[in-house]
Amino acid sequence: MEVNANDCIKGVILIGGPQKGTRFRPLSLDVPKPLFPVAGFPLLQHLIEACVNVPAMKEILVLGYFSSEEINPFLNEISHLYKDVKIRYLQEYTRLGTAGGIFHFRDQIKAGHPSAFIVINGDVSGDFPLRDMLEFHRENLNKPVKPLVTMLATEATRQQSVNYGCIVENKTTHQVVHFVEKPSTFVSTLINCGVYVCGIDIFSVISKIRKEKQESFYSGETQEQLESIMIERDIIMPFAGKHGNIFVYQTNRVWSQVKTAASAIYANKQYLELYRKTKPSRLAQSKERGDALGVRVIGDVYIHPSAQIDSSCVIGPNVSIGKNVVIGPGVRIHDSIILGDSAVEDHSLLLYAIIGWSSSIGKWSRVEGTPCDPNPNKPFAKMENVPLFNAEGRLNPSITVLGCHVRVPSEVVVLNSIVLPHKELTRSFANEIIL
Amino acid sequence: MLAFHQNHGCEGTVVVTQVEEPSKYGVVVYDGNGKIERFVEKPLEFVSNKINAGLYILNPSILDRIEVRPTSIEKEIFPAMATDGQLFAYELSGYWMDIGQPKDFLTGMCLYLQALRQNSKGALTLVSGDTFVGNVLVDPTAVIGHNCRIGPNVTIGPDVVIEDGVCIKRSTILKGSKIRSHSWLDSCIVGWNCVIGQWVRMENVTVLGEDVIVSDEVYINGGKVLPHKAISSSVPEPQIIM
Repeated sequence: MEVNANDCIKGVILIGGPQKGTRFRPLSLDVPKPLFPVAGFPLLQHLIEACVNVPAMKEILVLGYFSSEEINPFLNEISHLYKDVKIRYLQEYTRLGTAGGIFHFRDQIKAGHPSAFIVINGDVSGDFPLRDMLEFHRENLNKPVKPLVTMLATEATRQQSVNYGCIVENKTTHQVVHFVEKPSTFVSTLINCGVYVCGIDIFSVISKIRKEKQESFYSGETQEQLESIMIERDIIMPFAGKHGNIFVYQTNRVWSQVKTAASAIYANKQYLELYRKTKPSRLAQSKERGDALGVRVIGDVYIHPSAQIDSSCVIGPNVSIGKNVVIGPGVRIHDSIILGDSAVEDHSLLLYAIIGWSSSIGKWSRVEGTPCDPNPNKPFAKMENVPLFNAEGRLNPSITVLGCHVRVPSEVVVLNSIVLPHKELTRSFANEIIL
Repeated sequence: MLAFHQNHGCEGTVVVTQVEEPSKYGVVVYDGNGKIERFVEKPLEFVSNKINAGLYILNPSILDRIEVRPTSIEKEIFPAMATDGQLFAYELSGYWMDIGQPKDFLTGMCLYLQALRQNSKGALTLVSGDTFVGNVLVDPTAVIGHNCRIGPNVTIGPDVVIEDGVCIKRSTILKGSKIRSHSWLDSCIVGWNCVIGQWVRMENVTVLGEDVIVSDEVYINGGKVLPHKAISSSVPEPQIIM
């Protein structure tokens, strides 16, 4: 695709606020969920990087209702990495909804006259074909019915599809014929990924919807929040069948949502695998023959340069190790995230676990969780987001999560448990939430 | 014991010992001289805290008391001898344990090692050194790696190989077994010729029969594993693996 030198594309990433992401606790108690690091870098940074790679991307606007003090330091830190693209945080004054926020900041989005802009939900992760999606959107601009929004979609299993927004597609024209959010009965295996390409004409559409809502609010017809306008509910759903200007671009590349701590482990694995193709320098290499690191690395592993790991350790696959982490001799870690300033002592074993910042684990200890990976026997299966408790009120086996400043003594086992921050354990635990 | 038996000159001597929970066993009631009055099997109310320790000294004459049919000496012969005033009780000093159950076996092992430390008999001396904590008995043919912590209360049999970074507590490792690096064992009985992988954790009276193979990184909590079995996934709750 030829890139017109004057062409301008914008990216909008919707990150919500502290009221969102409560299922991500205790990890979201210390850090806004979009800043939680997966495969070594914050979730938000992965989405920024996806946008930066789109040709003609001039500016990325991050919208949310976290306070600026929580988000701006991070954006300032990384801005030098993406010199050609401006990145800004715009704080919503109240919860405006996915479309309401975009409308509120329409002047910022429209500045520079972008021909289209990309909207990404802050809690999705994956390998998004943004370039191809943009091109597809542009090609359809020549069609009789022009796309207002092109949405990214992927296949799911029949059973899991009802947990997402379901799309019925006209296979020839790729128009969305019908869309429904989390139906109670099966509608379609094609699900919404939460990534959109929008034309600039969407602002007049939202303006009209807003006026209608205001009228019905003040006339007492609806009680719901005046300001909240959602892309899926208020634009896609009504417009899909009626006007036919919602299009769908299907992808088979990896995609998942990051809602719970367990899904962070899965996203960690996904992004680490993607690095092989896109950023191989981020992956740790097993050093043989007397190199400084000497650690035996299996599969995809990210190790922060400041981490100190004894050469007798075996790390991986699917491990991310954060800043200043110290790992003693004979430690084995796989399918885990070790956050910064933590320490793991000799001979311990960590698997399917997230170790919070500044935590410590003694010698010969075992910290173990249970993965909720998609069923490999079913094509297009997605991660199961199991509820916290099962029907009998017992904790469902899941990833073990240690909050920040947790101390695990030597020689104990912590199995399928969640430990809140600053807790000092004195014995073994299994299947418990430890307050 | 023999002197006591010859001194009272009667037909039999039963060794008794004091236990904390006598109603699990057969209680022995005897007078100040040691003459046994009666036995009470698993009493429901407290009778005495002295029980039959399972050691006897008997005169050959008791054979005349036994008919040629399946007979229990404790249930049939001894009560008859007690009625005849021919049975005496000898109080055992020192430790005693019924080691029929694996967890009692381990307790008994601890008591035995403690006694060994106090008496220090020639052939079986306890080891000391940086690697060892408390009472540990290691066969001279066993090989132990670096940075291990063995003990307290561990016995290691002949030809056992223990790799680097292994921690073993309150356990018995039988002949020919191999424990690979970084593993952690507490209150286990490991049978002959087993192989335990790296980073394995076994605890809570896990018993492995002969020739059991445990894969790397497995967790076994109270597992009872029958011989020749391979364990490749964790056993987080006590169960029997056949």
